[in-house]
Amino acid sequence: MRNESLKQRLGFGVLLLATLIVVVPVLSILVLILLKGWGALSWKFLLTMPRDGMRAGGIFPAIVGTTYLVFVSIAFALPIGVMAAVYLSEYARDNWLTRTINLAIINLAGVSSVVYGLFGLSLFVIFLNFGVSIIAGALTLGIMTLPVIITTTREALRAVPHAYREVSLSLGASRWQTVRHAVLPRALPGILTGAILSIGRVAGETAPILFTVAAFYLPKLPTSLSDQAMALPYHLYVITTQIPGIPESYRYGTALVLIGLVLVMNITAGVLRARYRKKR
Amino acid sequence: MNRKTGDMFANSPELGTCPRVLRPTNPPEFGDGEKVKIRAENLNLWYGDFQALIDVTMAVREKSITALIGSSGCGKSTLLRCLNRMNDLIDDVRIEGSVRVDGRDIYASAGDLPALRKKVGMVFQRPNPFPLSIYENVAFGPRVHHQAKGGELDGLVEESLRAVDLWDVLKDRLRENALKLSLEQKQRLCIARLAAVKSEVVLMDEPCSALDPYATMKIEDLMRLLKAKFTIVIVTHNMQQAARVSDETGFMLLGELVEFGATTDIFTRPRDKRTEDYITGRFG
Repeated sequence: MRNESLKQRLGFGVLLLATLIVVVPVLSILVLILLKGWGALSWKFLLTMPRDGMRAGGIFPAIVGTTYLVFVSIAFALPIGVMAAVYLSEYARDNWLTRTINLAIINLAGVSSVVYGLFGLSLFVIFLNFGVSIIAGALTLGIMTLPVIITTTREALRAVPHAYREVSLSLGASRWQTVRHAVLPRALPGILTGAILSIGRVAGETAPILFTVAAFYLPKLPTSLSDQAMALPYHLYVITTQIPGIPESYRYGTALVLIGLVLVMNITAGVLRARYRKKR
Repeated sequence: MNRKTGDMFANSPELGTCPRVLRPTNPPEFGDGEKVKIRAENLNLWYGDFQALIDVTMAVREKSITALIGSSGCGKSTLLRCLNRMNDLIDDVRIEGSVRVDGRDIYASAGDLPALRKKVGMVFQRPNPFPLSIYENVAFGPRVHHQAKGGELDGLVEESLRAVDLWDVLKDRLRENALKLSLEQKQRLCIARLAAVKSEVVLMDEPCSALDPYATMKIEDLMRLLKAKFTIVIVTHNMQQAARVSDETGFMLLGELVEFGATTDIFTRPRDKRTEDYITGRFG
């Protein structure tokens, strides 16, 4: 008897330890970046152009570029991903075509991000002649994030109880009306979760934008989707490895802004989600 | 002489079209003023290789309560779901025979499925309101069908809730989430949802099995009330319930409708030995 309770305690202890091991790196990254980067933060750092070969001034164009990329790529990937997920979950029958599509999605999720970068370069930049531009980068990022959106949306749709579909159909709603009025509204919070995950990935990825959009240094802000743009993760790479003599706080400040930007976007989506949950 | 008799049978048109001389079930003969709302004829249904309904023939009288009884897996829910084509949702299902609602064969064409399901509504075993407000639950059908909006919709919601005796209790709580209601109220709400799309038939699949005896009694009272407007077909495990509320009863066993007739007859003088065994509790 006592032996059993000892085993149980030991078991829980190991589980707790595993959980802590997960949390520790997250906390230490945050603390490290906050400590080292906080000093660089100022309105000037956030809202002015870089000067002196990026050794001084601000990171404003990189913030603008990343914001562009996030919005354009989500605007592209979210509708397509959600529609594909609705098709797969609500309409597709279990046949070889569906299975092939599912397999493709899983594989798409496993492709490394630098391969997406090359793909974007060949398809959007060269073949479709978009040039190195925000639209080329955003589409590349969008395709990269599609599997995440499709998978989370599909899980959200699956979590909607079957009874709701049955009731809706039994009231004479068509299949589409059932999806539109009875299923999608229940799945929306889950879909937003997918969007949140994607925002983080899109904002943080470096490899896919490397050949498709990112500029080393631009003296002016992008004015249209066909312009090149600076982006935070690439800028971070540049000032960390390519330019000597940059104050350390600049690097960590840039990282802090990147994390902060993703956080702000996530909180916005989270508030939307909470509002929606409350409303229904 | 013998031969002559044989010839006579062969030429008889009624017997010629009948697959069996002795039908297992006979549709009850109703009085002249009474209309048959639903008629199922020689209905056979297979799930893959498994035959779940065997040559079922029955008639449901308009504005009456018809109960289907039988042990689990006898096909009574399957039969119920044939009446508004809810079995269509299952892959690998094959149906032969005909079901006529108001004289029209609902399986004749893929035709107007939404219209059929509006007319022949369904109440499920677990009360299943949407996680929306009470108002939105009732308004769901009319909204989907663009039946009404604005003040007209308000009126329809009130009328539907009155039909199930919920209006007086809930009229000040219409914006509350329907999931907060008691099980009995939820089930009433589900019936109100049908009233809102002007259903004429209500199919009930064990509507009281999640309810306590008191709530069951209240729903049974409601069913008697609804009979004035609706044709009700109820599947139930509970023989007493069938005896209490229904006008006609069908007893099913292993996919066959063994006996169908006036409830009083089925429970007092069943014609089939198997029916008698079931209602006297020898099995089931």
